[in-house]
Amino acid sequence: MCNSHSTIEGQYDEYREELIAAGMLIPSGVSGVYGLSGTFEGIIEAFERYISRQGAPLKPEVMRFPPILNRQTYLSTDHIETMPDLMGSIHTFKGSQREHITMVNKKEDGEDWTTELAPADVMMVPAACYPLYPTAANTVLPEEGRIVDLRAFVFRHEPSPDPARMQIFRQREFVRLGTPQQAKEHRDYWLKKGQEILKSVGLPVKAELANDPFFGRGGRVMAATQQEQELKFELVVPIASNEKLTAISSSNCHLDHFGKEFNITTQDGNHAHTACIGFGLERITLALLKTHGFDLKQWPDEVKAVLEL
Amino acid sequence: MSTDKIREILTSHGRLTESVDNLKDDSDLYQAGLTSLATVGLMLALEDEFDIEFPDSVLSRKTFGSINSIADTIEDLTD
Repeated sequence: MCNSHSTIEGQYDEYREELIAAGMLIPSGVSGVYGLSGTFEGIIEAFERYISRQGAPLKPEVMRFPPILNRQTYLSTDHIETMPDLMGSIHTFKGSQREHITMVNKKEDGEDWTTELAPADVMMVPAACYPLYPTAANTVLPEEGRIVDLRAFVFRHEPSPDPARMQIFRQREFVRLGTPQQAKEHRDYWLKKGQEILKSVGLPVKAELANDPFFGRGGRVMAATQQEQELKFELVVPIASNEKLTAISSSNCHLDHFGKEFNITTQDGNHAHTACIGFGLERITLALLKTHGFDLKQWPDEVKAVLEL
Repeated sequence: MSTDKIREILTSHGRLTESVDNLKDDSDLYQAGLTSLATVGLMLALEDEFDIEFPDSVLSRKTFGSINSIADTIEDLTD
């Protein structure tokens, strides 16, 4: 008899294999890293256009950053303190000719050749909004604050058999920088709006109080603190498992965390508060495929109409 | 229990914005500048000093909220 753990693992394996057999995911040989089919990518693009239409009334500034960020910027956030196990540090070879031969010989002999590497100036982006804050460093925000539309591939080192837990995936975010009230309003607005958007494409989402996956036993204290302050909500839906729901969007208040770290201030001289909504684009697409099936022609007409498919 | 040892560890690991000497046993440590991250360092130092391990059930904000609350938790664990 299966215990619930093996059942969930079994559900992950089953749905992942279905997605691969249908050509939706193209395996890479590494857990949680996939190529995507044209159909999959087409759904992401259609959903993104829908999000753009929904966000347009807010007249956001649009910024796009690559999936790597300045190592110094990374260190200015507290990611290394709170989620070190998820980080991606980029290393390269900076050695001499002799050291090059040592490295290649190590590779040929099946030894650990990575000991010959040295850190590059960049880290993988852990969340789409991280590259934004240094661009606003040492500025005073306009009275109405700022709303920024971001999208980036983000990296989290958490290899998993769950097809919805990818190591690299895209986040579409709307970030608000402003007064405490402006930030909270933004979070509350998008928590409601996010549910409307996802329900309008047939996804039975519900909102849950959540916490970030902080590292270690100490992380439990951080998680409890975050929950007590009601800083993070996730919109969850069944994907591979009906018992363990998957977050496809999250709304977060960062309080003055980034405002302080990057010296971003409001008109009254106080540190700015920030808040964001993030949509996990691959997960939303997986949820759509799970809910409506792999044949887009068979999707409900109202969903196709909303997504302009 | 005497809170001297706890105060000593708070001084070295709490990274408080106020002097520990100015705090009462029931003062709110978060108000005194205790951050989530400093709480982790504080927790590990208390575990080393008192030779205890805080179980998951007490790993909450409340446990580390005041000197009294830390002392009560340690007392429960060392009973």
